[in-house]
Formats: sequence, structure tokens, C-alpha cells
Amino acid sequence: MNAQALIDGLIAGAMIGLGAIGVTLTYSILRFANFAHGEFIAWGAYFALALVSTLGVGMDPIGPFSFGWMLIVAAVLAALLTGGLAVLLDRLLFASFRSRGSATIIMVIASFGASMALRALLEFVFTSKPVYFTRELQIAVRLGGGMRATPDQLLMLAVTAVLVLGVHLLLTRSAIGRQMRAVSENPTLARLAGVDVRRVIRWVWFLGGSLAASAGVMSGLLVQIRPYMGFDLLLPLFAAAILGGIGSVPGAILGGLIVGLCESFAVELIGAEWRAAVGFVVLTLVLLLRPQGILGQVAR
Amino acid sequence: MIDLVGYGAFFLTIALSYAIIALGLNVQWGQTGLFNVGVAGFVAIGAYVSGLLTTPDATGRIGGFGLPILVGWLAAILAGALLAYAVGWLTIRLRADYLAITTFGFAVTVQLAALNLESLTGGPFGMSFIPRPFASAAGDPVRFGLLNLGLVALVLLVAYFVVEHLTASPWGRVLRAIREDEPAAVSLGKSAARFRLQAFAVGGALMALGGAVQAHFIGFIAPDNYLPLLTFQVWTMLIVGGSGNNRGAIAGSVVVWALWAVSASVIGQVMPAGEQARGASLQIVLIGVALCVILLLRPRGLIGERRTVSRHVAGARRGERSGTMVATGRETPTP
Repeated sequence: MNAQALIDGLIAGAMIGLGAIGVTLTYSILRFANFAHGEFIAWGAYFALALVSTLGVGMDPIGPFSFGWMLIVAAVLAALLTGGLAVLLDRLLFASFRSRGSATIIMVIASFGASMALRALLEFVFTSKPVYFTRELQIAVRLGGGMRATPDQLLMLAVTAVLVLGVHLLLTRSAIGRQMRAVSENPTLARLAGVDVRRVIRWVWFLGGSLAASAGVMSGLLVQIRPYMGFDLLLPLFAAAILGGIGSVPGAILGGLIVGLCESFAVELIGAEWRAAVGFVVLTLVLLLRPQGILGQVAR
Repeated sequence: MIDLVGYGAFFLTIALSYAIIALGLNVQWGQTGLFNVGVAGFVAIGAYVSGLLTTPDATGRIGGFGLPILVGWLAAILAGALLAYAVGWLTIRLRADYLAITTFGFAVTVQLAALNLESLTGGPFGMSFIPRPFASAAGDPVRFGLLNLGLVALVLLVAYFVVEHLTASPWGRVLRAIREDEPAAVSLGKSAARFRLQAFAVGGALMALGGAVQAHFIGFIAPDNYLPLLTFQVWTMLIVGGSGNNRGAIAGSVVVWALWAVSASVIGQVMPAGEQARGASLQIVLIGVALCVILLLRPRGLIGERRTVSRHVAGARRGERSGTMVATGRETPTP
């Protein structure tokens, strides 16, 4: 057993956790499994890539990191754009299903169709060739215990922690956060209490989309950017959200870390070619042993 | 002219093999409301099981047992049913979309296994020399094409009548009753989970059969044939044709496969040679948007589900009691 697997797993898990927050929020508030969520990850990465390469300034690496200040600006803009894309998708597609009271499963099918279309659109525009934000080489820092990580990786872990804390505070301390939780508990009651449910739904999509975009930019920076990057994460995202307990933000990030660690240990023990099956195994075990998840509530 | 007949037979054979798969999905989704995002996984299981049993002995991989094609197809049906039962058993008591997520994971895992279990599946290079029905007629393409078309049409016809019979039977009525109003059906003493599981297994069996039929017609399979795109195509076929209607599932398969083939050839001619891969992704965008638009504008599809009214009520035309599907569940013998 290699201690390095621990660090790799934590980093992969942080990306999964960020994406899973969006999945768990849409799931608990809009009550359906959104198969298009992975595409927000890929779109976020490509938005940032397009911004960086068209503006082309601020590319010189800052300090020990491999990227310039432009990527930070691009990442923020990409998060906003992807949040907007998510709201737009809801407006064009899911809102009309909601207004006519379609079964949630119809929305799942529609999200499956939207996922195919969004991903193929990326392939059409950018082709399926992998691309990178930067070609700089990075020297890994020794962390002790035989573990190493690049400065980029450590920074991404820190950014993830800040984002998760921010979302947690937003949900627990702000008015819109309380409204989100109210809608998740009981939409009718929330509406009667004067909550603007449509505004809450817009916020949920925006938040989920922009968090997914941040995960996309980070994973694009640490690994690579390709149209399938989000779709390949979809199963780990669902596994993490269900493992953590649907509707729980701390659960989603915890689930993400566990799935990430399982993946990296599986790579170590069985082989990298089986990595993609780990999400399925975790999912199967959760559904067998504790379908409500670690931090979830029993039967709503 | 000969070319046209040959191509027509080839096109229809593929379309009808999709129709078998779409029939299976219709049993799961159209009749029972179970959402399966792992169609490709069940199709792959059928293709690989049948391929493994019927191919001649191959070096470098287990098996190639050289059994008759019929044995392969029956084994595919069995494997599809068993696996569908297992996947369903895991999730069917839980929320509806947990089944969707699990089937999605199942398909990913099956595809991964096809890719990695080289000693069993041939890995990325796939499995070749799968025996083709009427191989002795292969010298005459038209005769060969028509014979195969006839065989696939026959399999589809049998599958259609079996499914129609099941749908019209008390069993089918219970399925629809559960789909429409589960508490009412349960209060009449039907075990919703058990009926759902059975329907899911029947659907999985048909998908695997479709996969096996396809594999034997082409003669070669590889993991790349069973990507999520396949699931998506079959879903589009069912939604376009009209879910809940078996004839709709068949019509949808032919229509969508025709659109797919036509759009592929148009894109092939319009796009320059270097941009063909891009063109293919544009094709997926179009079909994805089309699926969403149909769901929004015409959720019934081309044909749509027939209004279910009890035979006895329909004859009398009394009006007020017609359409009460749950009431028809009373005639069902308790399983």
C-alpha cells in the first residue's frame, strides 16, 4: 500500500465532491436525478479554456503554480457562465415539464437527452482531442510519509475547502439558503410561507452549475480537458451524492472523498483499467447496506 | 436495383434488431414505468454471451464453444433476464431514479468488463467469427440479406406476440395498474415490487436477445458498440414511436434508424473528409435535441399508448366506469 494513493484519492475525491454538491441539491430540491450535471463540469472547463486562449494575457505562471492570473479570472467567469447555462437549461427544458406536472422520470429522460446533446456540442466545437490549460512542468513537494503533491494540487484542495465552507454557510446562514432547505423539505408549505419557489430553483441551478464548473476547471488543470471529462465523472458523482445522503452538502463532499479514495486504492490494488467500475461498486454497497446514505435521513 | 434490395434488407435487418431491444424497453418503461439507463449493458451481455458460446474455438481467449446459434440466443435471453433481475432486486424497492442510476452504472461496468476481461471477451479487439445465420448463402448477397431479414423479422414477430400476449394478460394489467396508481394496486393485494422485478427481467431478456441477434447478423462485436449512445438511440426510438405501445416501439425503431442513417449520409457528404468525426457529434446533438422536443411537444410519440378500457366495459360503453384500469385488476388471479 502506497501512501501516495491517499493524496491522489483526496484530490480526485475533492473534485467529485464539488460536483456531487450540485447533484445532491438538484436532487433534493427539484427531486430528480440530473444526468446532464456532468456536462456542466466539462462546459465549465471549456468556457475557461476558451476565455484563456482568446484573451491570451496573464499567462505567465504565478509563484510555484503552473498558471497565470488569467486562469483565475477565467475560472470565475466560467463559473458564472456555467451557472447561467444551468439556469437556461432549466428554463428551456425542465421548467415546462414542471409547469405541466410531468412525472419526474420524464425529466430524467430529458436530462439524459440534454446530456448527450451538450456533450456532442462540445465535441463538435472543440473536437474530442484532449487539451491542457498549461504545459508548465511542476515539481512535486514532499509532504512526509512518502507522500508528494504539486503546488497546484495543494492549492486545489484549499480552494475546494473554501468553496465547500462557503456553500455550507450559504445554506445554513443566508435567507436564500434557508429558503432552499424549506423548499427541499416541503415545497407547498414553503410556497404558503411566502417563499418564491421559482427564485429558489434558479439559485439551485446556478449554484450547482457554478460548483460543477469549478470542479471542471480544477480537474482540467490537474488532469486534462476533454468532452467526456464530465460524463465519465457522472457515476462517481451519483455514488458520492447517494453515499453521503441525498440533500446533505457535508455528505456530498464526504461521499466524494470516500469515492475518490476508493478509486485510488482500487487503481493501486487492482489496476487503473477498473477505475470506472469503482463508482458502481460503491453505489451497489450503499444501496444494499444503507440506502439513505451516511448523513441522510430515513424515508422522506 | 440489386444494390438497393441488398441495402434495403441490410437496413431493415438492423432496424428490426433494434426493434427487439425497444420492445424490451417498452415492457420496462412503457408498461411498468421502470427507467433503465443501462440498455447498452443488457444488449452487450446478450451479444457477448451468445458470441462466447457459438464462436469456434479461439486462441488467446476462453471458449469459443462452437454451439448452435439457437443455443446462444437462448443463453442470451437467460443471461439478460438473470442480470436484469439482480440489478432490479437491488434497487426496485427504493426511489425510482435509483434504478436509473444503478442501471447506468451497470452499463458502464459491463462495457468496462468487455474491454478488460480480454481472456473472455477478446478485449478492445472484440470477438470475431461469430457464426452468421445462412452463412452458406453468403455468396449471393441479395438472397443472404433477404434470408437474414426474414429470420430477424420472425424473431421480432415472436417477441411481439409474446409481449402483446403478456400485456393483454392479467399480468400486464397489474403492471399498468401499478404504474398508474401503486397504492390502489397494492391495496388489491398485488406485490408491486415483485411484478416490477418480473417486468424488468422480461425486458432485460428481450434486450439481450436483440443484442445477440445483432451480433450474429454482423458477425463481429467490440466494446465500442455498447457505449451510452446505444442506450440513447433505443430510448429515442421508443419515445418517438410512442411508449406503452408495442407497435409504436417497432415503428419508432425503423423511423429513428432511418433518420440516423440518412443524417449520417448527409453529414458524410456535406462535411469534408477530415471533419467526419465532428459531423458525427453534430448528428448526436440533433437527435438529443429531437428527443427533448418530442418529450415537450408530443410526449405520446407517433402512435402512443392505446387507451386501456376493460373489455367488458368497452362492449357496454357505459362511460363512467371506462378507463378505471385499477378496477380490472380484480379479475386477476392472485399470484
